[in-house]
Amino acid sequence: MTGEPLLAADAREEGALATLRRGLRMMPEFRSGLPLTFLLALIATAGRVVVPIAVQQTLDRGLGAPGGPDIPLIRGLIAISAVVVLVTGVAVYRMNVRLFRTTETALAGLRVRAFRHVHDLSVLHQQGQRRGSLVSRVTSDVDQLSVFMQWGGVLGLVSVGQLVVATVVMAVYSWQLTLLVLVCFLPLVVAVKYFSQKLAAVYGVVRERIGDVLGAVSESVVGAPTVRAYGIRGRTAARIDGAIDRHYRASIDAQKTTAAVYVSGEFVAALANAAVVVVGVLLGIDGQISAGTLVAFLFLVTLFVAPVQTASEVLNEAQNAVAGFRRVLDVLDTEPDVRDPAIADPERARALPPGPLDVRFEHVGFAYSAGGRKALEDVDLAVAARTRVAIVGETGSGKTTFAKLVTRLMDPTEGRVLIGGVPLADVAFASLRERVVMVPQDGFLFDASVADNVRYGRPGMTDPDVALAFAELGLGDWVAGLPAGVATAVGQRGESLSAGERQLVAVARAYVADPDLLVLDEATSAVDPATEMRLTRALDALTTGRTTLTIAHRLSTAERADEVLVVDAGRVVQRGRHDELVDVPGVYAGLHSSWRRSSGRQAEPAA
Amino acid sequence: MPRRWKSTVPPPDHAAEPGPAGTTADDHTGGDKRVVRRGLRHVGRAISEQPRIFTFAVLGSSLYGGMTVASAYVIGGITDRVLLPAFADGATTAGALSLAALAIIVVAVFKILGILGRRLFAGIMSYRLMADYRRRVTGQYLRLPLSWHQRHPTGQLLSNANSDVESSWFFVSPLPFACGALVMVAITVVVLVLTDPLLAIVGLVVFPLVFVLNAVYSQVMSPRMAHAQQLRAEVSEIAHESFDAALVVKTLGREADEARRFAVKADELRDGLIAVGRVRGLFDPMMEALPNLGTLAVLLVGAERVAAGATDAGDLVSIAYLFTLLALPIRAIGWVLADLPRALAGFDRVTPVLEATGETPHGPDAAPAGTGGAGLGIQGVDFRFTEDAQPTLSGVTFDVVAGRTVAVVGPTGSGKSTLAGLLVRLVDPHTGQVLLDGVDLRTLREGEVSSQVAFVPQSTFLFDDTVRDNVTLGAPFSDDEVHEALRIAAAGSFVAQFPDGLDTRVGERGASLSGGQRQRLALARAVVRRPRLLILDDATSAVDPSVEARILDALRASDRPATVVVVAYRQATIALADEVVWLERGRLVARGSHDELLRQVPGYARLVQAYQPPEFAERTDEPVEVGA
Repeated sequence: MTGEPLLAADAREEGALATLRRGLRMMPEFRSGLPLTFLLALIATAGRVVVPIAVQQTLDRGLGAPGGPDIPLIRGLIAISAVVVLVTGVAVYRMNVRLFRTTETALAGLRVRAFRHVHDLSVLHQQGQRRGSLVSRVTSDVDQLSVFMQWGGVLGLVSVGQLVVATVVMAVYSWQLTLLVLVCFLPLVVAVKYFSQKLAAVYGVVRERIGDVLGAVSESVVGAPTVRAYGIRGRTAARIDGAIDRHYRASIDAQKTTAAVYVSGEFVAALANAAVVVVGVLLGIDGQISAGTLVAFLFLVTLFVAPVQTASEVLNEAQNAVAGFRRVLDVLDTEPDVRDPAIADPERARALPPGPLDVRFEHVGFAYSAGGRKALEDVDLAVAARTRVAIVGETGSGKTTFAKLVTRLMDPTEGRVLIGGVPLADVAFASLRERVVMVPQDGFLFDASVADNVRYGRPGMTDPDVALAFAELGLGDWVAGLPAGVATAVGQRGESLSAGERQLVAVARAYVADPDLLVLDEATSAVDPATEMRLTRALDALTTGRTTLTIAHRLSTAERADEVLVVDAGRVVQRGRHDELVDVPGVYAGLHSSWRRSSGRQAEPAA
Repeated sequence: MPRRWKSTVPPPDHAAEPGPAGTTADDHTGGDKRVVRRGLRHVGRAISEQPRIFTFAVLGSSLYGGMTVASAYVIGGITDRVLLPAFADGATTAGALSLAALAIIVVAVFKILGILGRRLFAGIMSYRLMADYRRRVTGQYLRLPLSWHQRHPTGQLLSNANSDVESSWFFVSPLPFACGALVMVAITVVVLVLTDPLLAIVGLVVFPLVFVLNAVYSQVMSPRMAHAQQLRAEVSEIAHESFDAALVVKTLGREADEARRFAVKADELRDGLIAVGRVRGLFDPMMEALPNLGTLAVLLVGAERVAAGATDAGDLVSIAYLFTLLALPIRAIGWVLADLPRALAGFDRVTPVLEATGETPHGPDAAPAGTGGAGLGIQGVDFRFTEDAQPTLSGVTFDVVAGRTVAVVGPTGSGKSTLAGLLVRLVDPHTGQVLLDGVDLRTLREGEVSSQVAFVPQSTFLFDDTVRDNVTLGAPFSDDEVHEALRIAAAGSFVAQFPDGLDTRVGERGASLSGGQRQRLALARAVVRRPRLLILDDATSAVDPSVEARILDALRASDRPATVVVVAYRQATIALADEVVWLERGRLVARGSHDELLRQVPGYARLVQAYQPPEFAERTDEPVEVGA
């Protein structure tokens, strides 16, 4: 496998704002109705500031009124305050609901678009080990965004508003003291960059450690038979405990860092308070402010401090969310390496001609990574329509690459492939996928019935049709042996069936798709020999009239093919009929004699 | 597998609230009336598991609470003693000013100590609980028999150990804060009662209302939350399945249909999350408004009382101030209560794992000493996966003489792999027994079977570890022994090409190996042990027959060769065996030499001669080439 980054911008640095802008472009749903939501957020912000101020006023002016408490004034102030509290509450409710609806709708759209796009990326089938991370692009990354938008985002928004309002009100009371407070908080502003880097680093370690824990845990689950057979329970437990321990320590480290960041805000706030008292008193003695102003100002400082601390809490969440967002957007920004011409260039897109299809390779070369070793080199050949061709060669010789190029899972790096005389790059996918079908070695089954899985090849088939198809393939007795016939559930990934049985279903699925060009990539490698032979004989009879390319390591297929292509180190080194090749010294003769030995075609030893 | 998105972020202290849950919830725990009661019991469980740490955290939280109240009084004191006199006199002393500043900072420092104590100990408590339960759960995974594993999907077991454990204890982070808040509420109520009974009534209405509101919230929220979690898991399942099926989806041109299938679930999830949002969107402002309205009520009632001379203005101001200070800590109680349904759902999924029994019992005996092959006896063995299932094996009886090689052959589904597993005691027979040198495997001490027997399963499992450790599995083999085993298993040449040789990490993050290479490493793992009995369960399908022959030759090349049982389809493999056992539908139908079975058992002949065109079937006079 290559180590090349297959997703766009794997290494690109991008600012958070740039990510957000890019994201908003890709989520049109998000923008609708945003102004009203912002307005509601503004009311919510105002409400937060107005209530404490009103309370302060009540205390100062009502209770402190000359000549004892001014009850009517207090009642009036409290009534107004209560109304403001209620209005704020309603505004927050409306804002929350709107925000939930908009973000969830936008994120559902993003999720589905990313999902659809992933299917167009070759990384999906070329780098199996990255599938898990692609799944998290459409699951946890989007979830994290959703959470952030709904609490971190709202909080951030309201906090910033509160900060602005508090600053303005403070400036109205005393610009000198306001300046003083801002100066006190300046170091914190400067430190934010450092803090966020530090937080990103510690949480990065935590994430890595939890990955290790998952890996270790999976050893006790996936490796259960090996662990038992080799009696290494203690060792496995020690490995798991080690991983759990390291994760624990990393989490505590992260906890320490967050706490430190948080209390630095608390400390700065105390400094600001102390400074305000000292400077305020001096200003007061100077006659510049009144005692009431100073008291009110001390109260306002707390309004200023709260959002600063909230911001430090949201910071880490925001970073995670933006990083997740970036990962999702990078998936969407990755150009599919193989694009459907019907979408990319409708002018050029063509359908395959009707009738049997021939295949032509014109000086085709392919390398999995630029400048890397060529998996195929200068392959130039034609396969006539209606022929059955077997492609044989050692593991790693380039057989499967051949199959992927014919089905256009990948495009050649040199030369071109033509099917039915049409350059493959011009064939609309709708036509290509209908007429050219491949059965891969691992014929994945969905968690549904046997019939459902076969129907995947041709939607709309009835269960009896499916049963009939199995009968035509000579597999009627296998179906009869299933607990519920074709209605038998295959379980997750088809795990209720054996590997060989899964392949039988996969072949049936391709068979009902009725393609004109059928590509079998070691499609029956796990089927027991007797069944395989029955199946291939049935396929032979049924494939008459269509072109078949079979990749096989069991050479029984090659013996019956119209033509054998022998691939060695990325080149076609021999071609011809089995009986023409078998007695000529060369790669095929070597492969065949080795296979004869292993399959017992030769007499067994008298050992 | 669905992953927790938010693994380590502690709930913020101020004005923030933890986001909604993010784990897989497969079952609906919510809805029933007992959520709150069961939740409180769960809280008790957390406390009783970590009583000391919890005490420290609550002490920190109390220090924080005390200092919060103190800071209010410090500001009040400064106003009375420094600020107002200074303004009145038009002068002040440097001493008074520095004292004021010092008082503010000292209180803040103690408050910071309180916050640090609370947050650190709360973190330690919750991460300890998580680490502890992860250890317990994985301990069970290692302890429970393979049959238990076979009944539980891999994905479920992984999320039990990960996200379920995490959500079980996530609420612990804000717990000390909430407990501190309870203390503060109690103090406030006492102060209220002492100050004025009428004011106390306001407090006694507002505080219980906060709890009632939270309880209602938990009750309403938990089914919705569980539903959303369920949908989250389903969305993730579809993504997993669809991406794993990429090749099939693509080659059949079904991308659009897959996207539709995914979109339907994604839309359901969206609706589920919006339903969750509606409840939270309503609850949040209510929780925020309640303490505010309480403060206003205190002012209203208090002002009347002050006017009536029942209490004085100063007391009222401090009570009103206390009320505003309490607003936030009270929300911490809400965070804990709101997270309990999720915690219960997670814990309910962890509990069955912890309570599962059925550890494979081991006997007291050591395996009979011996250096060469071990004799193997299988006597009347029946096996079924569950009590009511069809038997996978029935009445299987045969012996393998020490040092002989037996091939187990049969059609797909005939029970070959199950039989292989019985021989290494991956599972125990329902009836009958498996004997190693005449001793029932069940009477042997733990570790005795694996010290004598090596097993290579059908699907290779490699640890995320170095090549060396994958071969030795921690046993003290020298590098020469490892190299020799790799050479015998035909893995030497490709390992030699790795830049780090034996130290190359294989598995997820290291070199990616082909199926054949993985299989050869697994074979080297067995070979290096020089086992007295080797079981190969179709473990050589991806390696060349000559390699297979070389491995068996190496194990048998001594005066006391190892005993080998090999499950195979390939005639080349069968040809290496002294004897063949033919299984059909879980029964031993025939045994004998390859030739005898060819003549006597039509099913056997059909299977092993499948590749042979009929006209060649009888040709048996060609030269021998096996093991070249």
